[in-house]
Amino acid sequence: MKKFLSYIRPHLPVMSLQFLVKFGGTIIELFLPWILSTILDDAVPSGNMNSVYRWGGAMILCALLALIANVVANRMAIRTSRNVIIQLRHDLFEKALQLSSSQTDRLTIPSLISRLTTDTYNVHQLLDNMQRLLIRAPILLLGGLVITALLEPVLTLILIAALPFLGLVIWYTTRIGVPMYTEAQTALDRLIRTVQENIHGVRVIKALSKGDYEIAKFDQSNRDLIQKEQRAGITMAVTNPGMNLILNLGLALVIVLGAFRVNAGLTQPGRIVAFLSYITIIITALMRVPRLFVIYSKGSASAKRIAEVLEMSETMKIGMRDPVPGPYHIEFKDVCFSYNKVRNNLTNIRFGLKRGETLGIIGPTGSGKSTLLNLLLRFYDADSGEIRLSGENIGGIPPEVLHTKFGVVFQNDFLFADTIRANIDFGRRLTDAQIEMAAGTAQMDFVSEKSEGFSSLLTIKGANLSGGQKQRLLIARALAANPEILMLDDCSSALDYKTDAELRHALAKGFKDTTTIVVAQRISSIMAADKIMVLDEGRIIGYGSHAELLSTCGSYREIYEAQMGVVM
Amino acid sequence: MNQKLPPMPERTALASSRFEKPKVKASLILGRLWKYLYASKWLLLLALMMNIASNLLALAGPKLSGYAIDAIAQGTGHVDFPVVYCYASLMIGFYLTAFVISYFLSVLMIRLSRNVVYSMRRDVFSKLAALPVSFFDNRKTGDIISVISYDIDTLNTSLSNDLLQVLTSVITVAGSLVMMLTISPKLILVFAVTIPLSVTFTKYRSEKVRPLYRNRSAKIGELNGFMEEATGGLKTIKAYSREPFFLSRFDTKNQEAVQANYQADHFASITGPSVNFINNFSLALVSVFGALLYMGGSISLGSISSFVLYSRKFSGPINEFANIISDLQSALAAAERVFRLLDEEPETADRPQAAELKEVHGDVRLQAVRFGYVPGKPVIRDISLHAPGGSVIAIVGPTGAGKTTIIHLLMRFYDVDSGAITIDGHDIRDMTRKSLRQAYTMVLQDAWLFHGTIFENIAYGKNGVTREDVVRAARMAMIHTYIASLPEGYDTMLSDNAVNLSKGQKQLLIIARAILMDSHILILDEATSNVDTQTERQIQSAMLHLMSGRTCFIIAHRLSTIQNADRILVVSEGRIVEEGTHGELMGRGGTYYDLYHSQFETN
Repeated sequence: MKKFLSYIRPHLPVMSLQFLVKFGGTIIELFLPWILSTILDDAVPSGNMNSVYRWGGAMILCALLALIANVVANRMAIRTSRNVIIQLRHDLFEKALQLSSSQTDRLTIPSLISRLTTDTYNVHQLLDNMQRLLIRAPILLLGGLVITALLEPVLTLILIAALPFLGLVIWYTTRIGVPMYTEAQTALDRLIRTVQENIHGVRVIKALSKGDYEIAKFDQSNRDLIQKEQRAGITMAVTNPGMNLILNLGLALVIVLGAFRVNAGLTQPGRIVAFLSYITIIITALMRVPRLFVIYSKGSASAKRIAEVLEMSETMKIGMRDPVPGPYHIEFKDVCFSYNKVRNNLTNIRFGLKRGETLGIIGPTGSGKSTLLNLLLRFYDADSGEIRLSGENIGGIPPEVLHTKFGVVFQNDFLFADTIRANIDFGRRLTDAQIEMAAGTAQMDFVSEKSEGFSSLLTIKGANLSGGQKQRLLIARALAANPEILMLDDCSSALDYKTDAELRHALAKGFKDTTTIVVAQRISSIMAADKIMVLDEGRIIGYGSHAELLSTCGSYREIYEAQMGVVM
Repeated sequence: MNQKLPPMPERTALASSRFEKPKVKASLILGRLWKYLYASKWLLLLALMMNIASNLLALAGPKLSGYAIDAIAQGTGHVDFPVVYCYASLMIGFYLTAFVISYFLSVLMIRLSRNVVYSMRRDVFSKLAALPVSFFDNRKTGDIISVISYDIDTLNTSLSNDLLQVLTSVITVAGSLVMMLTISPKLILVFAVTIPLSVTFTKYRSEKVRPLYRNRSAKIGELNGFMEEATGGLKTIKAYSREPFFLSRFDTKNQEAVQANYQADHFASITGPSVNFINNFSLALVSVFGALLYMGGSISLGSISSFVLYSRKFSGPINEFANIISDLQSALAAAERVFRLLDEEPETADRPQAAELKEVHGDVRLQAVRFGYVPGKPVIRDISLHAPGGSVIAIVGPTGAGKTTIIHLLMRFYDVDSGAITIDGHDIRDMTRKSLRQAYTMVLQDAWLFHGTIFENIAYGKNGVTREDVVRAARMAMIHTYIASLPEGYDTMLSDNAVNLSKGQKQLLIIARAILMDSHILILDEATSNVDTQTERQIQSAMLHLMSGRTCFIIAHRLSTIQNADRILVVSEGRIVEEGTHGELMGRGGTYYDLYHSQFETN
């Protein structure tokens, strides 16, 4: 909540003003019963009709003023929450962009998405309701106390005596009830996950005829959730009748005490009428409170989840520059790395690539191929050893400088709902010539078959392209800015061999000076590389040219023979 | 009947359909909701009775206090204390009883809504399980999820709060009206002015504000879509240092969404205070006319007090009505979306005389099969093939040629447009889907694992699998060593990111799952494309074991994996263009020959 409050703080002056306007409006509204009592106690006994009309007019005037004040206050509140949310969401998204990869791994992407969407929405709701509705009950209570104290100080004591009891009810609900709602929310998340899994796995579930099993599994989550929801609901159910009871008992006391006061000539009956009005007004205002607590419990849980992200510290520090001149464009020196810091994912990786050379990496699944690329991009810091780019330790290069040197395609890379051109351009303001050149090299001949060409729109995640088309589009993106270093992580697997070969020809011709790292499953994709690295369980077990490896590296020869079959 | 993919424009319409107002008549939706409520009819009846009781008790309050006030109004020294005590203690008794009743009423309502929501969620999920694959192909996961979470939740809140409130309001309004009538029919006339005013105003405003709210929902949807997309691509955005670009795109969407929200709220913010004003206005009128009547002696002070209190009770719910109605409207829209999902066509039922497919030999035939997801856009143009039991059929061809579609048809995820598919001579449409699908073991490119232990994931396909079976399968799939190295072994939970399983490792788990199953036809759709060649070689014996004695359909890019197939079909644009063994096809020097040779080409 602390973090959340820091977003509210700049708006505190406006919020206080809004509070004052609302308070003023409410007080004016609360004058109404008072005026009524004045009419009954003073105007009526005097028999002065004009005075009755005058006071009646005053009531309408007060009602009008209250209307204006409330509308003004509400609008101020809406504006405040708009401004807070714009800033909060902006900061959260910015933070999401800045998080290091290990931080995103820990949070998980789906969780990050729900924090950006559902959670910011809940906080917005909370902020809105807090300012507009939740605050009304205390204001009425407070205002009622002020007015009644002016009207009849002794009877006010009864209202004051009721306060601790009201407080107790509210304390009870927040302490006991809100955590129960949080629990129910977790159960709901579990239920949703079951549904999500079922949607993604629909083919498998149908193929295995596991529908009934999944229904039973869902039923379990459903029951669990219902149980928790019910427990929370029943706990909270005591709030409304409880608060009603306390105030109504107060009402009865006011009558008894009032009777004594009237009898002793200390007050007038009209004031008691006004008093009863006040208590009824306050009860009506409190009726809404329990529902607001639900909003509060949701909103504060969301605020906490948002704050968790916002408060993550920056883990990637930019170190000192320490250029060491050398022959290599890319150099790994005894690099070790582990994701979970238990088992190494890469051990003693050591190699150097000169400018314009091509490195092919091959190796079993889980051998550390993609990890190596992640380290070179400095998504993670190596545990030991160093990585140098043109002699410069990458730890000393600001990320935006480092990253513009690269053109990268990851496995299952990201496409977004925009034009093909925008997906290649990727916000880099490239020229049409650059785009077309890249598309040509990447063998994107399918663009010309589309009626809109480069302006054709992709649907979300590029779902309207085939796997091979997506991969070529991603390669075009990587090439378009003419990068110093090109990294392709298994991004031609969906291409047929023919297109794959043509792509390789075009790359060799058009990108001679680009240092290239290709990760592949197909040996044909890397056979012609200057250097080939064979990885196994995070270690280099073979390094050299195709011809060298055929004679020195048993594993490599095995892969080659397996993939090429009987060479004719 | 075939479940067809709707054309693209409709697809986008579907995405935004969430935000449209109900198209179905409210009475129809209410009727269906009633069915759910009717299941708990006794609870409902009890709730209704308790509600009436508690409200009547609460309604007695002002009347009692009015009598007490009259006793007080005798003036200084003349207060009739026995009467005051009597009414005050009556009030306390009434309020205490009302408290007890209304607490139990809430509990009752919670139980009631619990029953409804439970059955609704159950029905929706059972429906999902019955829907054809095409349904999921055409919808965003988020849209389906939001029906089961957001829409049902909205209904739940609305049922447990609004329903009660509507009942309470109706009783309170009616009761107050009766009470006020008994006190002073003349004073009631005040409301003849203010209530129509209030109703007309609320109606006018809510009509004006509705399009603004719709716009708000649409903009929020857009923003959410963008955030989901961009967050999914974080790594790439970082790799290209495009953070500022995406942040500024985000800012635009964010501004739009928040502004749309602001506009709607800004406009709506007038409603509440205005209705409140009308109520205060009526209080002023009541005060003035009440005072005049009082002066004329036709009404007592206590009666004015009661009347004012009743008029508050009376206008309170009317004030709330605006809120309740908008809540109910969104609840109705939510209910409509739930029912719309429940009304989706399920997978066509098995034919009445459909037989169980037993003792499968695995002799599969496709006869002149034609099929398209969208009418007029055939994906399979004319395919005939015969796979004798135990044979290995490989299907190769460029992406989009229709390879995976053939598998969809074999499994009856979709039905053919014309032609027929038979197993052991029986048309697959004459068999129960369940028995048909049990005849297959399927390993797809997209490895599907669920939140559960590794053991559960491997054992998923077959009932009554022992630990030993699972370990044996995992060993064959060359994944046992890895699993054993995990701290919790086979009991490791596969949650979102707890274990860093690579795509290949996931695939091996799926293969282990397949090894456990004993069916006669095996489908491998790019089953090993995420597994590297070495591992693939290592699991070759497992694959051979998997394939032995079964009819196999293999789709693969890697031609080395299919060279030993009994027959290779080269598919292009929905037709078989070449067919034969590896040797025959190489000898022919056609498409297959070209494909084969392109993999050796180097720079």
